[in-house]
Amino acid sequence: MKIFLAFLQKEFWHVIRDRRSLVVLIGMPILMMLLYGFALSNEVKNSRIAILDLSKDDITRELTQRLDASRYFSVTEYIQSPTQADQLFRQGKVRAVVIFQENFQRNLLQANATAVQIIADAADTNTGSTVAFYAASVIRSYQNELQELQKLPYRIHVESQMVYNPQQESAPNFVPGVMVLILILLCSMLTAVAIVREKESGTMELILVSPARPWVMVVAKAIPFLLVGMLNVGVILMMAYTVLGLPMRGSLVLLLAECGLFVLLALSLGLLISTRTDSQQTALFISLVGLMLPSLVFSGFMFPLENMPKPLQIISNIVPTKYFFSILKSVMIKGLGFSYVWKETLVMAGMTLVLLTLAVRSFKIRLA
Amino acid sequence: MIITTENLTKKFGQFTAVDQISFSVAEGEIFGFLGANGAGKTTAMRMLSGLLAPTSGRAKVVGFDVATQPEDIKRSIGYMSQRFSLYEDLTVLENIRLFGSIYGLKKVELSQKATALLEQLQFTEQRNTLVGALPLGWKQKLSFSVAMMHEPRLVFLDEPTGGVDPITRRQFWELIYAAAGRGATVFVTTHYMDEAEYCDRVSIMVDGRIAALDTPAALKVQFEARDMDEVFCASPPLLKSVPHEDFSRIPAKRILARHTRPT
Amino acid sequence: MISIQNISKSFNKDSVTALRNINIEVERGELFGLIGPDGAGKTTLFRILATLLLADEGRAEIGGRDVVRDYKAIRRTIGYMPGRFALYQDLSIWENLQFYASVFGTTVAENYERIKPIYSQIEPFKDRRAGQLSGGMKQKLALSCALVHKPDILLLDEPTTGVDPVSRKEFWDILQLLRGQGLTIIVSTPYMDEARLCDRIALLQKGQILEQNTPDGIVSGHSEPLFSVRGPNMFALLQAVRLWPGTYSCFAFGDSHHAYLRPGAKPADLKDFLHQKGFENVAVEAIQPDIEDIFMHLLPA
Repeated sequence: MKIFLAFLQKEFWHVIRDRRSLVVLIGMPILMMLLYGFALSNEVKNSRIAILDLSKDDITRELTQRLDASRYFSVTEYIQSPTQADQLFRQGKVRAVVIFQENFQRNLLQANATAVQIIADAADTNTGSTVAFYAASVIRSYQNELQELQKLPYRIHVESQMVYNPQQESAPNFVPGVMVLILILLCSMLTAVAIVREKESGTMELILVSPARPWVMVVAKAIPFLLVGMLNVGVILMMAYTVLGLPMRGSLVLLLAECGLFVLLALSLGLLISTRTDSQQTALFISLVGLMLPSLVFSGFMFPLENMPKPLQIISNIVPTKYFFSILKSVMIKGLGFSYVWKETLVMAGMTLVLLTLAVRSFKIRLA
Repeated sequence: MIITTENLTKKFGQFTAVDQISFSVAEGEIFGFLGANGAGKTTAMRMLSGLLAPTSGRAKVVGFDVATQPEDIKRSIGYMSQRFSLYEDLTVLENIRLFGSIYGLKKVELSQKATALLEQLQFTEQRNTLVGALPLGWKQKLSFSVAMMHEPRLVFLDEPTGGVDPITRRQFWELIYAAAGRGATVFVTTHYMDEAEYCDRVSIMVDGRIAALDTPAALKVQFEARDMDEVFCASPPLLKSVPHEDFSRIPAKRILARHTRPT
Repeated sequence: MISIQNISKSFNKDSVTALRNINIEVERGELFGLIGPDGAGKTTLFRILATLLLADEGRAEIGGRDVVRDYKAIRRTIGYMPGRFALYQDLSIWENLQFYASVFGTTVAENYERIKPIYSQIEPFKDRRAGQLSGGMKQKLALSCALVHKPDILLLDEPTTGVDPVSRKEFWDILQLLRGQGLTIIVSTPYMDEARLCDRIALLQKGQILEQNTPDGIVSGHSEPLFSVRGPNMFALLQAVRLWPGTYSCFAFGDSHHAYLRPGAKPADLKDFLHQKGFENVAVEAIQPDIEDIFMHLLPA
């Protein structure tokens, strides 16, 4: 135990002394989150939309004006038929078409209910849904104003429809996806270079000729980085909540615990890479390129898993990000409790255990 | 004089690595630059080769000022460090060709030089061997010859023979003599004290200053020593008696007889 | 204390032979030197002894323990100093020392007496990071770390390479002191002049032992006469001596040249030859060879 503590102290020294890396490690996720955050909000600013007004009454005119006035949209086209909408989409002239039903005003005032349809171009997945979302909220706020003025339960039924990529996921799902990706790449990278660095610098030669057992060296490496990883989790969550406006519906304790488990999993994966490679370059390459693609493809936030061929769906079961992505969505966005995510948690815990065991097992007690 | 320094000084924060050194080196000289680890040899050598700007003092190398014309200096000198600088995954000939073209040699000139170089080193059979597979001493000899390919007037060698076997070490020095015979000035550091004897003049640095500078024979007389090893070990106390001595007053020696080959 | 029997080792699927049939016995309390240049196989041999590499053939024992089977026990009893500086450059002198003490389940205070002669020289700088130390200080720190758990055996791989002559002398003084305390030491070096400081030495070249004996034993085992040649124009003189048909080999040795002559060749004839070539005042004297002369003489020409 004393030996373990000695190693732990040494590992903390390494992490703290390497100021420049520490700044990068904490700055990088912030930068990435900001990048995605601003990329998202910039995309929908002044998006060009078309209006298909089948009613042409005061309210539709008022709504059209409000859409145009909002900072998200500018109305550039007025069309007469749905076929024209299709044409505009193909030419890429507009991002969305707002269709007001016939007798819009009359239905609203007499039947207290009317409908507006928003068709968004979802070829660019995230902007499509964001555009639809913002358009709907402009209309809803108008509806709320009407209700307050008239004290009547007017209802505008907003129906959003995506073209070209109907199964696309909504914006709030994108941010958890980015979080998953940042965490797995960053945390596995942290430990992937940690052990192999000692092999390269030659310090491993002396460490090996000591009574320290492999698990001591391996586990001691992970612990300071667990803290760094959790610090990153905190930063990322905070940014997701404040800058990117993601909801935080579930229990924060549960969320942090799940994040901790996932960080541990990623660190173990990195340790396994580190014990199996001989140069920092290889380790870095494997942890970046080797993990980036499967995490991106098989976690389900870029491409829906249900649409994949069966063999790929089976492969996706061994990709850890898939489970964490699902947990994040469930806990953060849907606000579900542990009873809904215990299965995924169990899988992740199992994976961590296996990876860590493998890492300790493949730690070479000799040089070659 | 191919090198002249005047109170050349380098400070790193509070620490003075090189402390007001003044000396000069004549063209064609083999100049041994000795000193303990951490005495400031590498720092001084980096200033002289234009890699590091001095804190104060002046130095002229191959006619250029180290503070204001480092690029001109770098272009006209050769530099070889302890760490091997050729490409290990290229063959001997490929390395020669590569560096030859980097130095701007023309095609015909290059192939002539390559052939001559291989012959001189007796590497002709190994010309297609990967450099990484050569023994250290061979690599160092090759590295030196490549550094001399563009015929620089001055070459800096930083511990070129460390760990090299005794025969190859001597062959390396024969290459140095041959280069000096063609008129090049060689500025070399070493921890082998027998190699200090092969230099025309030797300086010994202690704590950032030059404690002694003269021919090996004169230094042995000065320190009443049998060999350079004793000179080296006796030199540190001298510093306390003569601070900041101007060694440029000790005339640089021109050795022409050395290069006349017996018939 | 240390027994090396028929050890062979190759790398890269047997294409590079690092060690060939090495046999060495080191007695308790002996200071044994492995003398040879870069590439002689010294580091490979040290790594096999330090349980870091497995030999292809042969076996080795340290204190009666097999280096393969009993590696855990051996790792507790040896102090190892690798050829490359293997301490943490981002940790201070004190932190490195303390770490290595803890790893062996001990403390610096407990073993202070053992490391004192060396450590006291660097103690004034104990808060300085190891990466900022000079070569000589790094060696002293590495030796302190190798000694901090009171090992019986020291394995020192080229501790003085790249170190200036003064620091080298200090280092060897320390080794003599440690030997006096009863430690068994194997040390390797490319500096032939350090061979004299060992009890016994093995001359190593390209993975093979050329000779193994006490330094005096090695010198007296070679009766071939050696001559020193001295005169003006040393470089031209060297080439002239080599031109003489009676010269077997001639190399520069500091302020003189050392020449082995062919059987029957007379030094007086060499002097005449040099005189003909225009070298005046050349002195040719018979001298006692040193380890470096013999090492070079043993190498294939």
